[in-house]
Amino acid sequence: MNDLLIAGGRVIDPSRGTDGIADLYLVNGKVEAVGRNIPVGEGVRRIEATGKIVAPGFIDVHVHFREPGQEHMETIATGAMAAAAGGFTGVCVMPNTDPVIDNQAAVGFVVRQAIRAGKARVYPIGCVSLGQRGLQLAEFGEMVAAGAVAVSDDGHAVASSQLMRTALEYAKVFGIPVADHCEDPTLAAGVMHEGIVATRLGLKGIPAAAEEIMVARDLVLAELTGGHIHLCHISTRGSVDLIRRAKDMGLNVTAEATPHHFSLTHEWCEGYNTNAKMSPPLRELADVGAIREGLKDGTIDCVATDHAPHHYDAKQREFDEAPNGIIGLETAIGVAIRDLVDTGVLSFPELVTRMSTTPARIFKLPGGTLAVGAPADVVVFDPGRRWTVEARDLHSKSTNSPYLGQILVGQAELTTVGGRVVFERGVEKTDG
Amino acid sequence: MTPPLGKDLVGLEPLSADQIRMILDTAEPFKEVSERSIKKVPALRGKTIVNLFFEASTRTRISFEFAEKRLSADTVNIAAQGSSLSKGETLVDTARNLEAMRIDMVVIRHHASGAARFLGERIRSNVINAGDGTHEHPTQGLLDLLTLRDKFGTIEGLKVAICGDVLHSRVARSNIWGLLKLGAEVAVCGPPTLLPTGLQSLGVTVMHHIEDAIQWADALNVLRLQLERMEAGFVPSLREYNRIFGVTKERLERAPKDIVIMHPGPMNRGVEIDSDVADGPHSLILPQVTNGVAVRMAVLYLLAGGLPDWRAQSGDDR
Repeated sequence: MNDLLIAGGRVIDPSRGTDGIADLYLVNGKVEAVGRNIPVGEGVRRIEATGKIVAPGFIDVHVHFREPGQEHMETIATGAMAAAAGGFTGVCVMPNTDPVIDNQAAVGFVVRQAIRAGKARVYPIGCVSLGQRGLQLAEFGEMVAAGAVAVSDDGHAVASSQLMRTALEYAKVFGIPVADHCEDPTLAAGVMHEGIVATRLGLKGIPAAAEEIMVARDLVLAELTGGHIHLCHISTRGSVDLIRRAKDMGLNVTAEATPHHFSLTHEWCEGYNTNAKMSPPLRELADVGAIREGLKDGTIDCVATDHAPHHYDAKQREFDEAPNGIIGLETAIGVAIRDLVDTGVLSFPELVTRMSTTPARIFKLPGGTLAVGAPADVVVFDPGRRWTVEARDLHSKSTNSPYLGQILVGQAELTTVGGRVVFERGVEKTDG
Repeated sequence: MTPPLGKDLVGLEPLSADQIRMILDTAEPFKEVSERSIKKVPALRGKTIVNLFFEASTRTRISFEFAEKRLSADTVNIAAQGSSLSKGETLVDTARNLEAMRIDMVVIRHHASGAARFLGERIRSNVINAGDGTHEHPTQGLLDLLTLRDKFGTIEGLKVAICGDVLHSRVARSNIWGLLKLGAEVAVCGPPTLLPTGLQSLGVTVMHHIEDAIQWADALNVLRLQLERMEAGFVPSLREYNRIFGVTKERLERAPKDIVIMHPGPMNRGVEIDSDVADGPHSLILPQVTNGVAVRMAVLYLLAGGLPDWRAQSGDDR
């Protein structure tokens, strides 16, 4: 049977405002009880969590699993396993696959593959426009009925303001967010942040303005339409300021930031390191500071990794030629604890809020809570464990990470989805 | 013995002032070799050097080829067109193939910034950067420094203005590093659309008027303005560029000092520089070309393990 008792850990559940040593009892795939000296049934597996933190499983609203079409980089199965190894019980997959997910059949395919994988829950995001060509709306209603939880043309910006306006209005019918990759395409023909490092390396730069222009545009449209705009991978201090002001005005806007944008700067591109190449690019120290501030005061609602696997060969290229993106699911908690909690920016309850409670709430997903009756989606993580990132230990099919060889702090030990253990460190590569 | 320059010459930014001076000092006597009737020294006899040019080039490639042959090396030229490179072979595979053929040195010119370093990290052969994207063109920077040093005796305190499309110029970047390291005062001059970000943080003065540069500088290094820049909207037209930013005889006449004019070539006569300037008394353009062969001989020689006092080492008895 699947029932579990996770005993003696520090149970943090911001959804109920609780934080303290407690046991967590999971029965039939749901949270049965949280407390001390809970009476449990026979044969219940007991997991010792002393010294660990027990929290609602992390939820990442922005990942790329490359299936269908690019399965050499990652599949839904390997991605869902990587997510579980990172402590994530739910992820939303972006539709810029090959072909793209812009119809109900494609959405259904993703849903089925996720069920077959049986690891972290995988929620499809459908395209905003057919083929992500930015011209005509995809069938939001059909895609939502098939399981889509949001729409996005991520990979591209929605260049047409008319299309974004229509998308925001139409999405209101289904109560889903429109997630935008904010980038003015005419200003973004570069390969890294525009600054002194790009000048030194002789690489074409993308100014912060390229992002801020689209952020401003989307916020104006959010005000016009009342629709829910979700701003993807925010990277500049100017964007953070704009979002803060919009939230003060009460607009229906949410935003995410990646771990690399609160931990790395454009100096990481030195030596033409293609594992530091992504879109939006790594920026300056002041931008990193602003992202951290934004996560603290809630201007940025959640951490989302933008997990973007690429095959080894693809990244073993000249910097100009290498594709954008890095993986992030298995290093997220390690980077977050090292660079947000240990630096005093966030407390653990605040971090759990940004990695679980809030992403579930803003995308209306199950989980993000340990309330009685909630799905038994739980992460047990060791908050102090120092570990070195090694390619061979990663569960993702790809290893394109700038953190290889780095020491991170904190790692998931056990992840359950619906009460089933989908990841247990030390019991590697299980099927169960 | 640790080689004085390391394995590769990827740029001037990683070099120290002493290393740069050593290359220039080593180049001086190589200039004399080019004046002889038998233009050969045996220093690199038996070495195999490949000129791997992914971008078309006449001047630089021939200059390297002369340098290699005058050092008695065996040279092979590979141009991108008509080779497997144009069939989509990756730079990694090209590198491995070259290494498997036991090439001693590779001179590479490539359209991607970082390509020379990429190659150098993957093969044991010495790699010399003959221009990678908009990153660096170190031998051009070195020959510019040598030309200035010949004329003025020293680089220290010299005022050099680099004029034109600095944004897209690897020559400009190499010059900036070399000049700063040797103690020159450096300025760039051009419209803001053609100047990269952050130069002031390096101590470089930014000017937007060619007249100001002419008033200030001991030497102008004039960069080529490419037609593509106009087509991409960086400047409205080549005609306007010449009217506003061109180095013309009239403008030079107002120079307070005996200013010298350099240009890495090839020139767009009538755009960034007028013919009567390029061919006139202030111009050091042809000495630059002569110095180019000597500087390249020095670089190849030093990377191959030659010691700076090469005359004694190579048995040259002139």
